Amino acid sequence: MKYGLTLAAMLAATSASAETLTVYAPDYFASEWGPGPAIKAAFEAQCDCELEYVTGDVLPRLRLEGARTKADVAIGINVDAMKQARETGLFAPHDVDLSPLTMPIEWTDETFLPFDWSFAAFVYDNTKITNPPTSFEELVNSEEDWKIAIQDPRTSSSGLTLVLWGHEVFGDDVEEAWAKLAPKVTTVTKGWSEAYGMFTDGQVDMVLSYTVSPAYHIIAEEDETKSAALFDEGHYMSVELTAKLAGTDQPELADAFMNFVLSPAFQEIIPTANWSYPAALPKEQWPDAFSQLNYPEKAILLGEDEAAALRDEAIAEWRAAFSR
Amino acid sequence: MARRIFPIALWPGLIAAALVAALSFGTLVAVALRAESFSALSEFDWMAVRFTVAQALLSAFLSVAFAIPAARALARRSFPGRGVLITLLGAPFILPTIVAILGLTAVFGQSGFVSKLLLWAGLEPISIYGFHGVILAHVFYNLPLATRLLLQGWGAIPAERFRLASSLHFGPSEVFRHIERPMLKEIIPGAFTVIFLICTTSFAVALTFGGGPKATTVELAIYEAFRYDFNLGKASLLALVQVVICALAVAASLKFRVPQMGAGGLNRVVQRFDAMTLRTRVVDLFWIVAVSLFLLMPLLAIALRGAAGMADLPASIWGAALRSIATALGSAALAILLSLALALSAMRWRGLEIIGMSSIAASPLVMGTGLYIVLFALTDPADWALPITALVNAVMSMPFILRALGPALAGAERDYGRLANSLGVTGLNRLRLILLPRLRVAMGFSAGLAAALSMGDLGVIALFARPEAATLPLQIYRLMGSYRIDQAMGAALLLLGLSLGLFYIFDRWGKHRA
Repeated sequence: MKYGLTLAAMLAATSASAETLTVYAPDYFASEWGPGPAIKAAFEAQCDCELEYVTGDVLPRLRLEGARTKADVAIGINVDAMKQARETGLFAPHDVDLSPLTMPIEWTDETFLPFDWSFAAFVYDNTKITNPPTSFEELVNSEEDWKIAIQDPRTSSSGLTLVLWGHEVFGDDVEEAWAKLAPKVTTVTKGWSEAYGMFTDGQVDMVLSYTVSPAYHIIAEEDETKSAALFDEGHYMSVELTAKLAGTDQPELADAFMNFVLSPAFQEIIPTANWSYPAALPKEQWPDAFSQLNYPEKAILLGEDEAAALRDEAIAEWRAAFSR
Repeated sequence: MARRIFPIALWPGLIAAALVAALSFGTLVAVALRAESFSALSEFDWMAVRFTVAQALLSAFLSVAFAIPAARALARRSFPGRGVLITLLGAPFILPTIVAILGLTAVFGQSGFVSKLLLWAGLEPISIYGFHGVILAHVFYNLPLATRLLLQGWGAIPAERFRLASSLHFGPSEVFRHIERPMLKEIIPGAFTVIFLICTTSFAVALTFGGGPKATTVELAIYEAFRYDFNLGKASLLALVQVVICALAVAASLKFRVPQMGAGGLNRVVQRFDAMTLRTRVVDLFWIVAVSLFLLMPLLAIALRGAAGMADLPASIWGAALRSIATALGSAALAILLSLALALSAMRWRGLEIIGMSSIAASPLVMGTGLYIVLFALTDPADWALPITALVNAVMSMPFILRALGPALAGAERDYGRLANSLGVTGLNRLRLILLPRLRVAMGFSAGLAAALSMGDLGVIALFARPEAATLPLQIYRLMGSYRIDQAMGAALLLLGLSLGLFYIFDRWGKHRA
């Protein structure tokens, strides 16, 4: 049975078109509930080729495989791992015109191309919390008995976003701020899914997630009870990147894909399939539920060197305060 | 003793042991060889080691301590639905992590059922988060295993002994001292060690219920080192620390285990005249109800939560379910073959048993990564995703199977070995005619356990699978990761039903007497 399936998979992979573009992508991206399948179909319609996803932890896997990797393109590298990704030397410049980008920050990198982005935010149940905090300061200092679930910065990128965000907002006082937040934090989970599951199950009132999370509930479930708390200090951005492998044996297809990433055909798939903001699509063209949602005014994102240099320190501060 | 002239070939056991060692330690070496540098472990890492050992010791102690009265009650009471209850009580052991987390919080969380009950009664709600939460979650996971292993021990005591005891007018305390205690002494060290080892590789559950970074285990540190720093040196060093802890635990358990005195019996249904008193009835009732409530309430929460999502499961779930079942059956067959070969040889060389137990000590992440490194050098790992998953799951379930098969095999050999030797029954005939019929109950249980564990395991498949060749647990995580929690819980209920179904079928086959 299992050999039969494996054999079938091999045959399917080899009998199709000779030209195959291999894209390494995270699980959530390439699964049928992510943007992967629609993007594959849209690209294949214009390239006369086949796009094949290989799923897993993109960067660790590429580093394991090194120069022998069969990846042509990597998609879904988080901006917080950009420096590490660059230092592997596995990636090549992209040559894509960056003028279509519509992100709230300037982006000029020649190797890593952003395809979507999000704002980190605390999402709450608006039937339980009627006076949401309007600033990070207020969240930390409030006397309210909020129950919050967050993610561990050592094991999840959203958790890492939180500690960098806190470090930017509170500066030298961050450890004290974490110590004040800690009693309100019911639990810290390994990844986003566990925390968000506890939130939708009503175990916590608030969860570290993204400003677009309520849009999922509005569009897919017609549920308007979830809102994101907007903070005056601004919101830390999470940007997802794609890059071409230097050792690709399909350089033309890889270049075609890199150019495809910023095109409307790709970008229009992003909002309601990846539940994030498209990197190169004007706000007016976002789905209604996205543009209706309130939207942070100030974006925070540290440069790659700064973020990398700060990471260990920011995690240590968080860890010390949350271990008390 | 039979051991001196054990008449079955050693080589199958040696091959099985070599395979297990390659997966447990070979993969660690493969990761270490790819490391660019080795740095000493930090103060934080040693804190993680201490926390890991402390919580694992307490979790194992409590799981076994509660399992003793629970298993005794189940062993000596017969009531309608007993078989189904015993199967259901095994369910927590095979739940995917994320499902167990949601099930436990639905009952014991701050807005959970128990807290609501307490609030309604005018009391303070409980908090599950903290060191006690880690222990509670681990006892939830492992009490079923401990109970099953002990239940097997009770089942292995020949009914004749209890009859003899009653004709000698033994009370409960004499029965305990002369019949049950020797059995417990043989089973408990192994059960304790296995649960201790499972708890040492815990990660997401410990972190969630620990409530924060104080609950950092070694496995979390390995994940961090691998995933974020890509520090393979540190990941393999931490994995080595984990192996050393586990090796010490296994060595200690082998030292403590006291082999039982042998006497053959006819394996009739046990009628316990010593347990007819009102007091023992009340005590047994208490333990059966308490353990059932503790283990079944979270399962009920999962079932209720999942029932709604069952209605609109995506079509791809069924393909994933088929792949999972195929993998689970392959895994069960491999696990039985390997464990039987190893257990037979371990009767002569006990050291082999330590190797058989070692897979549980291996960090799942390091094992998967090591396998990936080796396979990538040879072929495309994705082509081998399901066979590799079956093999790894088989080897991962061997420690539990050896706990069930080992004592049963030792018992059969002790009771019939000399007779068989004097009749000159050796080799395959010995296995087929003398041993296998005596192992049937243990084998049914073992195959069921291996199949169920494989069904629920996410482990290596996440490192290897193609997007379209996912297993059921992988699909559940993907659904969770894309906001589809209702569907994920529906799929989890399906997984639970299939796992329990497989377990029940194998277990029944074992108990069905020809």
